[in-house]
Amino acid sequence: MSSIIASRVRQKRVAQLISHGKRLDGRELNDYREVQVEAGLIERAEGSARVRLGKTEVLVGVKFEMGEPFPDTPNEGVLTVNAELVPLASPTFEPGPPDENSIELARVVDRGIRESKAIATEELVIEPGKKVFVVFVDVYVLNHDGNLIDASCLAALAALLNTKMFNYEVKEGEVKIKPGYKPLPIRNYPVSVTFAKINDKLVVDPWLEEEQVMDARLTMTIEKDGKICAIQKGGYGYFTAEQVIEASKIARQKAEEQRKLVMKE
Amino acid sequence: MSHKKPEKLIDENDVRLDGRKLNEMRPVKIEVGVLGNADGSAYIEQGKNKILAAVYGPREVHPKHLALPDRAVLRCRYHMAPFSVQERKSPAPSRRELELSKVMRESLEPSIFTEYYPRTSIDLFIEVLQADGGTRCAGITVASVALVDAGLPMRDLVSACAAGKVDGRLVLDLTDVEDKGGEADLPLAYLPNANAITLLQMDGMMTGEEFEHVVNLALDGCKQVSQIQREALRAKYSVAKEAEAEKEGAEAGEE
Repeated sequence: MSSIIASRVRQKRVAQLISHGKRLDGRELNDYREVQVEAGLIERAEGSARVRLGKTEVLVGVKFEMGEPFPDTPNEGVLTVNAELVPLASPTFEPGPPDENSIELARVVDRGIRESKAIATEELVIEPGKKVFVVFVDVYVLNHDGNLIDASCLAALAALLNTKMFNYEVKEGEVKIKPGYKPLPIRNYPVSVTFAKINDKLVVDPWLEEEQVMDARLTMTIEKDGKICAIQKGGYGYFTAEQVIEASKIARQKAEEQRKLVMKE
Repeated sequence: MSHKKPEKLIDENDVRLDGRKLNEMRPVKIEVGVLGNADGSAYIEQGKNKILAAVYGPREVHPKHLALPDRAVLRCRYHMAPFSVQERKSPAPSRRELELSKVMRESLEPSIFTEYYPRTSIDLFIEVLQADGGTRCAGITVASVALVDAGLPMRDLVSACAAGKVDGRLVLDLTDVEDKGGEADLPLAYLPNANAITLLQMDGMMTGEEFEHVVNLALDGCKQVSQIQREALRAKYSVAKEAEAEKEGAEAGEE
């Protein structure tokens, strides 16, 4: 039987090492695990990407539907992000409706894409106020080894960059599909950087055992020009103002590195 | 109320739509012990926000398997009344409400000595009766007061306040119009004595420098909120204490 809960001794070891500036897997405090990005592996989806962050594995699929715009934004397409913590990804995930963890994950990914205006939603309008494209970004967690947020944000960005829209024309209010594709208009490239606070130290990209001993979690999403476009704190611990500001500086530098890994795809 | 966004949210003299200065909070009024059945309760008005909070517990956990052997479970439900916003909100909990319930619980739990009450639950209900921006912060503020009213031993009061960027200016305590029409909103919850930030979220766009300023602005707001919380609690409990002293005095006189 598999157990992913680290023993007390091991948890203590993980935390002790970090207070000496070291990590059990040999990384520096500000190092990410190895990242692998593969785009376009689901042919049925308009866009898709799989990201491996160490042993954490997330698959994102993008699908389109036609729908109505929100009444307050009649000239913009709609973005919907959903996350599934699929039971095959971890013994702690159970089938059923989305719990608060998967809702939080989806909403943090959503906030980064939305607030940085990554998708040019005004180009997704078919008939203003009546018919627009709805972009569904579905985050599918395949293996949970910590830091699902960063893996999901990277995979969502890679999938959006991989997304193709079919060509169409509007005749008498009817949408007619024409041959050929064009890429989804993407304007910004948000990347999240997640920290765990362990023994009063900040570590980047916590893996599962570090998440089990962390006091609190902090995610900062950085857009292409280095501005912060979303923040989410999680967990029962706290941060001081100094730690939060230190994190914002490290996040800007790390986001730049991570973005390169997706953009080269 | 109109749906149109005003062209300018801040005029050339740095005055906001509701007449406030950039670093000025809306008037805050807190009442303690407003509900009969709850073990602790409080009510807050912050500008047009009207929010009730109630605490039940520590009490037996249902379902039982959720009980923890070494501490109480804190459960938190943030909920908006269907009539609290312009367009009627469905009473079923939305994804937003579920996320807020989670982050609010995480912001309040560090303040409570949950280890004193193993195998019990502390249930916290936050009902937004009218919303005008910053309800998660006002909700945390009023919930913390309700927890004190329930007589729970606490490390500190949790005070919350948002700050953000509107029309290119950094402002404290955004209203709904400012939040929607502005560039960024950063809600923050703080334990003043522990210097601990227990809730931090942001949406919008900000440079690193602006972020530092906005965090400090929000922290100042939290300190003001903390004073108001303390005054509200003193107002309730010093009156109660005086009444008790009077009663004792009268009894002594009878003897």
